[in-house]
Amino acid sequence: MKDKIAGRVWKYGDDVNTDVIFPGKYTYSISDRKEMAQYALEDLDPTFVANVQPGDIIVAGKNWGCGSSREQAVVCLKEIGVGAIVARSFARIYFRNCINEALPIAACDAVDGVEAGDEVTIDFAAGTVTTPKGVYTFPALAPEVMAILEDGGLIPHVRKQLGIG
Amino acid sequence: MGQTFAQKVLARKAGLDSVMVGQILTIRPDKLLTHDNTSAIAGNFRKIGVQRMADPSISVIVLDHVVPAANETYAANHKTVREFVAEQGIAAFYDVGEGICHQVLPEKGHAWPGAVIVGSDSHTPTHGAFGAFSAGIGRTEAAAVMATGEIWLRVPESFRLLINGTLPARVSAKDVILHIIGDLRADGADYRSVEFAGEIVQAMSIASRMVLTNMAAEMGAKNGVVEPDEKTRAWLKGRVDHDYEEIFADPDAPYDRVIAYDVSTLAPQVAKPHTVDNVVPVTEVLGTKIDQGLIGTCTNGRLEDLAAAAEILRGKHIAPGVRLLVLPASREVLLEAVAQGIVTDLVAAGATLLNPGCGPCLGAHEGCMAPGETTISTANRNFKGRMGSKEAFTYLASPATVAASALTGVITDPREV
Repeated sequence: MKDKIAGRVWKYGDDVNTDVIFPGKYTYSISDRKEMAQYALEDLDPTFVANVQPGDIIVAGKNWGCGSSREQAVVCLKEIGVGAIVARSFARIYFRNCINEALPIAACDAVDGVEAGDEVTIDFAAGTVTTPKGVYTFPALAPEVMAILEDGGLIPHVRKQLGIG
Repeated sequence: MGQTFAQKVLARKAGLDSVMVGQILTIRPDKLLTHDNTSAIAGNFRKIGVQRMADPSISVIVLDHVVPAANETYAANHKTVREFVAEQGIAAFYDVGEGICHQVLPEKGHAWPGAVIVGSDSHTPTHGAFGAFSAGIGRTEAAAVMATGEIWLRVPESFRLLINGTLPARVSAKDVILHIIGDLRADGADYRSVEFAGEIVQAMSIASRMVLTNMAAEMGAKNGVVEPDEKTRAWLKGRVDHDYEEIFADPDAPYDRVIAYDVSTLAPQVAKPHTVDNVVPVTEVLGTKIDQGLIGTCTNGRLEDLAAAAEILRGKHIAPGVRLLVLPASREVLLEAVAQGIVTDLVAAGATLLNPGCGPCLGAHEGCMAPGETTISTANRNFKGRMGSKEAFTYLASPATVAASALTGVITDPREV
């Protein structure tokens, strides 16, 4: 995981749920990770898939990823190249799924300082998100949780733990 | 200083005398629940690279989300699950027709007071109705639990919700929890352990308590829990064949919030599209035209729910142009509803009886909506696009409100029919 990333902002509101991030009707009919990417944010923002660029950053309000536990709602964003998600807060299972899929996240109020299309920089070592309107700080992850992210997600982490490969 | 339920149950599981809120523990859960997504989880399990599950006796697998298979893709998915079950020697496997995982798991004796249950489904908090600590997780971590038998959990902050008063006629647990979610909002209990207590909760049936803990997920809770009592013990008798130690929060336990609700004058509640916390009294949406009613799901597919609907529909007929779908939560519920004549009452009134399972709740089959259509449902989610078209509308309500609305064709106050 890089210490610092910069990217263009896609800005969204509060309580964005996993049904609009990855619709339920696809949850048991699509198993290919690349194919999941084609449906990212289908019921939230129909312009997203056609226009997102690798490294873009989602900046949103509170409770991002509420609702279903479906991990595809993380995988579809990771596979389409989203570099990180910054939200005022994350729903609990979504937060865990991000760690397990090694999609970097930052919980802070950066949504107050951005407009869609702005450039933001996330410094994970310093715990800051720099926006055109100011710098927002986010708390560090617990060391046990950070270790999963640094190993590249839960599968590599468990393999390492079990001494496989 | 005393300890909350979550602190005590997790400390015991971790082999510690006490734990602090915020502490991260690695524990061995008593049960791991997975469903149709076991196919994807099995794929992740293979990516980890171990041959055998650490402990197949903790695994409970229920096929419920798209059952029977709606097409070849779903059928292949189910087949993969059955092959994985056979390969790993998983005894607690429940195939098509047994019911919804959150009903089948307790019915088959896999939930008990003090148990720690994790499940790859966001409504896993349901099992807190039996005094268990029960929380949802993702697919990859379900695979990791299979491989290692372990999971990390953060000791959560807790809320204690005291629900007091007396419930008015045709006002039920669903109305209570919708009211609370409307008050606390979709993130109001994020990461928290929510303890439901008070005289109303004590008076509630096990089925009604399951409505509260099921929907704790909709305010962001990690788990919901109800203290076990005589009703719990009676319900579990003959299902759980081993001893268990009940766990109760200490009277001086530290809570982030203690909130008291008096529900004596509560009206039936409805969550309007497209969020669960968009809650109003039914009186504010009277007359809204519906195309479909749905009675069932892991929230409200139990015997008392079907009985509440039958009590309103018996000897009558639903409105022309309305589809009413009824899905018992399990085979056990279905058999009892047949034995009591409830199924006959509902079907004679025009309802379409579907097999036990999740049905159209997640928009995959058995009653999805076309653009512009409206369903009033006893389910727990009404997000845009969830039940089919993103241009459709879902209202959430109690079984009585859904039945009354199906009778008239518009959203109707069940106290008025």
